Amino acid sequence: MFENLDPTLLARLQFAFTVSFHIIFPAFTIGLASWLAVLEWRWLRTGNPVYAEIYRMWVKIFAVTFGMGVVSGVVMSFQFGTNWSVFADKGGNVLGPLLGYEVLTAFFLEASFLGVMLFGWNRVSSRMHFTATIIVALGTLISAFWILSANSWMQTPRGYRVGTDGLLYPTDWLGVLFNPSFPYRFAHMLTAAYLTTAFVVAGTGAYYLWRQRHLKHARVMLGMAMIMAILVAPMQLVLGDLHGLNTLKHQPAKVSAMEGLWETQRGAPLTLFGWPDQEGETTRYALEIPKLSSLILTHELEGEVKGLKEWPKDERPPVAAVFWSFRVMVGIGMLMIATGVIAIVLYFKKRLFDTRWFQYWCMALTPAGFIAVLAGWFVTEIGRQPYIVYGLLRTGDATSPVVGTSIAISLTAFVIVYGFVFSAGGFYILKLIAKGPPSEEQAYGDHGVTKPPIVIGGKGAQHV
Amino acid sequence: MFSFEGFLDLPLIWYGLIATAIFLYVLLDGFDLGVGVLFPFAPSDQCRDRMMNSIAPFWDGNETWLVLGGGGLFAAFPLAYAVLMPALYIPVILMLLGLIFRGVAFEFRFKADAKSRHIWDYAFHFGSLAAAFMQGLIIGAIVQGVKVQGRSFAGGPFDWLNAYSVMTGVALVFGYGLLGATWLVMKTEAATQDWARKCASYTLGYVGLFLAIVSISMPLMNAQIRALWFGLPNFFLLLPIPTASLVLIIMIWRDLHSGREYRPFLMSIGVFLTAYLGLAISLWPWLVPFEITFRQAAAAPTSQSLLLIGTVILLPLVLTYTGYCYYVFRGKASHEGAY
Repeated sequence: MFENLDPTLLARLQFAFTVSFHIIFPAFTIGLASWLAVLEWRWLRTGNPVYAEIYRMWVKIFAVTFGMGVVSGVVMSFQFGTNWSVFADKGGNVLGPLLGYEVLTAFFLEASFLGVMLFGWNRVSSRMHFTATIIVALGTLISAFWILSANSWMQTPRGYRVGTDGLLYPTDWLGVLFNPSFPYRFAHMLTAAYLTTAFVVAGTGAYYLWRQRHLKHARVMLGMAMIMAILVAPMQLVLGDLHGLNTLKHQPAKVSAMEGLWETQRGAPLTLFGWPDQEGETTRYALEIPKLSSLILTHELEGEVKGLKEWPKDERPPVAAVFWSFRVMVGIGMLMIATGVIAIVLYFKKRLFDTRWFQYWCMALTPAGFIAVLAGWFVTEIGRQPYIVYGLLRTGDATSPVVGTSIAISLTAFVIVYGFVFSAGGFYILKLIAKGPPSEEQAYGDHGVTKPPIVIGGKGAQHV
Repeated sequence: MFSFEGFLDLPLIWYGLIATAIFLYVLLDGFDLGVGVLFPFAPSDQCRDRMMNSIAPFWDGNETWLVLGGGGLFAAFPLAYAVLMPALYIPVILMLLGLIFRGVAFEFRFKADAKSRHIWDYAFHFGSLAAAFMQGLIIGAIVQGVKVQGRSFAGGPFDWLNAYSVMTGVALVFGYGLLGATWLVMKTEAATQDWARKCASYTLGYVGLFLAIVSISMPLMNAQIRALWFGLPNFFLLLPIPTASLVLIIMIWRDLHSGREYRPFLMSIGVFLTAYLGLAISLWPWLVPFEITFRQAAAAPTSQSLLLIGTVILLPLVLTYTGYCYYVFRGKASHEGAY
């Protein structure tokens, strides 16, 4: 039934599907965990119950998201072998220890202390609970460190040699870990995760303001989110630019695809929009700004930028996907920066919390971060093609000896299961948002408990 | 490039570490998968809430041992990982799908309203059941050997499927059922505990039966394993393992009928340990039976050395704070929504 389908294409589709779904959850939980730590800190410092109530609302959303991140992440730890066993064999010496360290330094930490964070209210002191929140937040960052180092190594491999047996052997661990694209990718991704969370929180706060509910909580949510939009969104532009320059140095073909540029030229124009035609080797219907591409990439008006024709056809990434994903990512980034600017203006006009159209604006941007993160990963991963390890191992040579039918069936199963399970998860998150933070009277669960849940050594709170 | 190759037997150490990680996974996720297997048979919804609450703080950490097993195998023995995953493609994917359903059920169940809650009750049960069955099936498939050519799996997509592997799949479902039931005896009280005792007795009988079948069939199926267990003096040296297994099963039976709460769980762990030891001895020194040994599959010495440093420092730490979390949530589980 699927004999005619290319197993490599199927394996790529299946991997792209599971990893794209997976990245949505960490992109959210990385930011959320750090924000929860800040909220709990503010609460312990000020004693203002609003912070605690916001915490208790979002920690539930965190738990649902984290659960989905765990189950989709367990899948990933097997996918290298099920989909790319030749890659696993050849690259295992280099990448294996990195993933091993991720499990040992991050996954256990997160998983264990998440239990304390969620269920430990009545069982540990508030100080210990705060510590657990911080540990979980640190765990998410440590995890990002290892996995982004591994991914960056696949983009810009360093510190290895190719053995006589064709396997890759590490020669310099620091070179492997801190490979040239890693610092940029790490900073860019963490910032993206923080922005993703900020815009979900902003959208939620704006929704409450619009509906005139939970006003005290909504102001804190929107206010804190706007601080992120004002400070971090412009920073992301700078980081993205630096990351792009780094890519230009190490993976110039990817940048040419991002720009939709085919001919090597001085004073290259920036193509705002257009339709890259892989076969015809041109970008159709291009809307261009003269010399801007040279200016951005070389910081000179007449700087030389390489076109895709520099590389043979079988060395070029799929241009249209990279070109368009890049525009989606940058476009959303600009909207985020604009949000920050608007917020500043409204703040000084003292209208930040009661401008109706800005509430719609923020609600509309709620999923913006997720879309930008996915688009960004499409740029970097599709832009790496046709290689799985850039310049070393082609994706087509890395595939597992699994028949196309099996992959097609597993892809179908993943689509159905993920579609069902994660839609349900999204639905429950929306339900939690609709319910909002617990109000004073029913603040402490639904069991008729009226005393605060956090009483140090206070088991009695449950049995009032 | 640094390496401890000169003074440490790295492949052997890693063989031991991976074996330990997989065993800890089997124990830890074993009891919470077992709770999922028993879930729909509980006498009331309140019982089910208690069952869920007894494992909710732990399941995530427990499942991390599976990631360590998978990730560790990739890191320390990449060749074995690269051969086994394609060979077991379908059961591995089905196991993962099962784990997805039961994993999300923990959160979704308490968020769902009364009408849709049963969806997640079933997701939890059938997900746990599928994961347990597939894990047992994977063990049964591996012990029968894997076709390898060069450095790749060379068999067909359904090599793993036969009566024997289905039998080991069912066996592990009962095994996890026993762990789950004795866990509940320890962590619950009153009606739930009484019911758990009955479940434990019931599953215990099947565990004994399946252990006997596997112990007899493995030597019959493979001459090498037969020679190992029935040669002299090995026979007498190894005799304590099946003996211990038998004694433990009898003791669990007696404990279950004498009101003890903790010992049945601890001794069920003992039964798993003896079975696991027996399996490990039978398969020594193969990582991919009967084609690739742990020495052939070993990663480069520098890779094994690098991860060993981290493991020596971090694994005791992980065990310590895992222990701390079990300590925080000690005592009997309640049926109330927890947070």
